[in-house]
Amino acid sequence: MAETIINVVLFSMLVLTALALVRMERLFTIVMLAGVFSLLAAMLFVTLDAVDVAFTEAAVGAGVSTVLYLGTIALTARGCKPSVRPSTVPLLVCIITGAVLIWGTLDMPNFGDAEAPAEVHVAQYYLTESVKEIDVPNVVTSILASYRGFDTLGEVAVIFAAGVGVLLIISRMPGQGRRKDKEDS
Amino acid sequence: MFLVTLIALFVAMALVLCRLYTGPMVYDRILAANFFGTAAVLFIAVLGFFNGRPDFLDIALLYALINFVGTVATLKFFRYRSLGDARPGMD
Repeated sequence: MAETIINVVLFSMLVLTALALVRMERLFTIVMLAGVFSLLAAMLFVTLDAVDVAFTEAAVGAGVSTVLYLGTIALTARGCKPSVRPSTVPLLVCIITGAVLIWGTLDMPNFGDAEAPAEVHVAQYYLTESVKEIDVPNVVTSILASYRGFDTLGEVAVIFAAGVGVLLIISRMPGQGRRKDKEDS
Repeated sequence: MFLVTLIALFVAMALVLCRLYTGPMVYDRILAANFFGTAAVLFIAVLGFFNGRPDFLDIALLYALINFVGTVATLKFFRYRSLGDARPGMD
């Protein structure tokens, strides 16, 4: 019961924040709202017991993204141009995509179902055998670092490349950005 | 008792969100976003105690650090108008 109330409150805050985010025009406000949005999503993940996912969401969404967005605003403009084109077609595309996604969740197993494919496929094997095979007490760590080691290596390479790219962009531009700022003021 | 705390926290979050949506000044919004981070820390801590797993407290502490990063970046943006290193020779 309490779980349902918590979920309903958090989800309504999430939807309200998303609606407010769409209506805003000042980019700075949008950055603040986006940070709050990912904090709310992280809280929902914590309620679902996915603490690691929640922490990633909060660190990337509320921490790093805020800094990157602010850096982008500092380098470019602070307001967005009001769109002149009618937004019925994009709205229609969004509604159809959302409806298809919701339709896709209909034949998913219930939350916490013991017969769900995720529970019966290899999860049992990992839970029982990973300590013997890998000798790491944390199952998630042994899956990420050993069973899926190459996958994790690829992810690390991608994240490293992205970080280098962002650092190059941010460290190159400030001179130009500042000149533009002076022209504005 | 923890349920009452959760409800009070939700009311506080709703009030902060109102300020975040309507807040006339930018500083209202910065404060609101910062407080919302604090509220997230409190929520995770209270949720841990509510579900009988007080070890969530450590995770809540990590969220306090993230909140700090965001606020410092925001304030630095307002003070220096940029996030790169503001060396005097570059101006």
